[in-house]
Amino acid sequence: MQSPSPATLEIVNGASKTVFKCSGAWTLNHLRKIALTLEAYPATSSITWDITNVTELDSAGVALWHLYYRTFSKEGFASEIIGNKEEYLQLYNLLYPHPQEDTATPKRPNWLYKLGKEAYLSLQGMGVFLKFLGEAFTVLLYSLRHPRIIRYRSIGSHIITAGFDALPIIAISAFLIGVVVAFQSIVQLQKFGADILIVDMIGISLTRELAPLITAIVIAGRSGSAFTAQIGAMKMTQEIDAMKTMGFHPHLFLVWPRVIALMIVLPLLIFFADLVGIFGGMVIASTQSHLSYTEFINRLQGALPIKHFIIGIIKGPFFAILIALTGTYRGFQVSANTESIGRFTTKSVVNAIFLVIACDAIFSILLTELKI
Amino acid sequence: MNPIIIEARNIVTSFGENLIHDNISCSVREHEIYALLGGSGSGKSTLLREMILLGKPSSGTIRIFGKDIANLSLSEAQELRQKWGVLFQSGALYSSLTVGENIALLYDEYTNLPPKLIRELIKLKIDLVGLPQHAIHLYPSQLSGGMVKRASLARALALDPKLLFLDEPTSGLDPLSSRQFDTLIQQLRDLLGLTIVMVTHDLDTIRHIVDRFTLLGEKKVIAQGTLDEVLAIDHPIIDYFFQKEMHGIKS
Repeated sequence: MQSPSPATLEIVNGASKTVFKCSGAWTLNHLRKIALTLEAYPATSSITWDITNVTELDSAGVALWHLYYRTFSKEGFASEIIGNKEEYLQLYNLLYPHPQEDTATPKRPNWLYKLGKEAYLSLQGMGVFLKFLGEAFTVLLYSLRHPRIIRYRSIGSHIITAGFDALPIIAISAFLIGVVVAFQSIVQLQKFGADILIVDMIGISLTRELAPLITAIVIAGRSGSAFTAQIGAMKMTQEIDAMKTMGFHPHLFLVWPRVIALMIVLPLLIFFADLVGIFGGMVIASTQSHLSYTEFINRLQGALPIKHFIIGIIKGPFFAILIALTGTYRGFQVSANTESIGRFTTKSVVNAIFLVIACDAIFSILLTELKI
Repeated sequence: MNPIIIEARNIVTSFGENLIHDNISCSVREHEIYALLGGSGSGKSTLLREMILLGKPSSGTIRIFGKDIANLSLSEAQELRQKWGVLFQSGALYSSLTVGENIALLYDEYTNLPPKLIRELIKLKIDLVGLPQHAIHLYPSQLSGGMVKRASLARALALDPKLLFLDEPTSGLDPLSSRQFDTLIQQLRDLLGLTIVMVTHDLDTIRHIVDRFTLLGEKKVIAQGTLDEVLAIDHPIIDYFFQKEMHGIKS
């Protein structure tokens, strides 16, 4: 292909009419300058487009001409074309087969409208969530009366993927938390010569607060997001519709196995995190403060009343319900486009972590009021 | 005779042990509507993917506009990609963008036209493929199957390509929409001077608008040429592919 000569536009002002002398290739890649010239041109009389010397024309060229033909005629100046070729005319007729009406672009809504819409949508969202909960518990009650329909195998597989497979990451996180708490406390406690209190510090803070919280956050990031993505993908490929038509209730098959599996697994993971976290503290105590492992354990038996440990474990099922229900609920909200799967996965994790922290705060307040 | 635009020669493709193409050759001439036919799993879509640089044959050469596409530099490949448009079977519109934005993307990326002209061009392309103007502001998930195909065609036509690849353009459309789509494709070929390569199963499309085609089967080329030429050949796969439905066509 020979390289085409670039498009040019020469404006010749006459007494009663203006002539636009067009030449060269009026194609996609050559039209910027001409478009800018025409945009800035103040029409004062009727216009004649001389396109005898146009060597090449594509849809961009036609669009450009049509755009300014319309602009000028709106301002009251007629246009005519000389030197047209049959092929150009055909192209024009293909591209503009009928007079085009101007469709107005939809107006951008103002902030008040947006605010109202957001408020309405979040209210509606709460309704949808309640409906989801209602449906879930109806199915749960039904399945409790017909225990044979419960998906035990599915519960088992989720226990493995959400629980067992999470052990390494929980171990590392809990160990590091134990290390960090021990390090920070020892520096302060040594000032008072009260090194031994590190055992109380680590024992109580880890078992009661830190281990449950860290475990729940890791599981929310790991399993909550997975639940949303799995269910969302199934929704997108119409697998959920297929399940419904076959009479497999999605709540029974998808929601409860995940919720129950997580409720079983989270307390166990918290217990595991307790052990590893305290071990982390023990390692630091022995290296930084020469507190031997035996001394540490002896002290721990006296310093850590069983209630702290139990409170930590009891939080597990509550956190589990929050994480699993948010994860599955957000999964069902995924719509037909690929972007929504990412959006709802993000939402699911953020909501789950927030709910876990809020729930933990409620526990704190309640238990303090109850003096436990 | 028009010059050859695409030439595939001695294509062999295998995925591991699985041989897909065994020495396939075909060529497409300028302004032609050329079809790749064959039963499911005959490798016609694979051949199309190899032509549009989404896959590589194990051996053999494909030349498009005279260039061997196996040895393109990055910039040559980019240049080539702007000369063709591709319509995917499922449309493959970007679901996070509206139809208008899907088309605008190409103008924003590859041209320096002012926004006003780009808007005009988008309107024009939307009109060209027979979509209502309000479709510009819709998201792909809000469109029907036929509208998705049309929107996707509008996007494929954005940069005025000389070469258009269509992967099963009429699949999932009702018979009337299919014929309208055929007519549209034919008009585009006639008026914009396009060369069109398509994969199709639609016998009506083959009868009405396809100039020449290649029928793939048993990993090889079974037949090549115009419909009449191919129907004159006696071969079980040709019979299988055309016979039952083609009774009405032969007469």
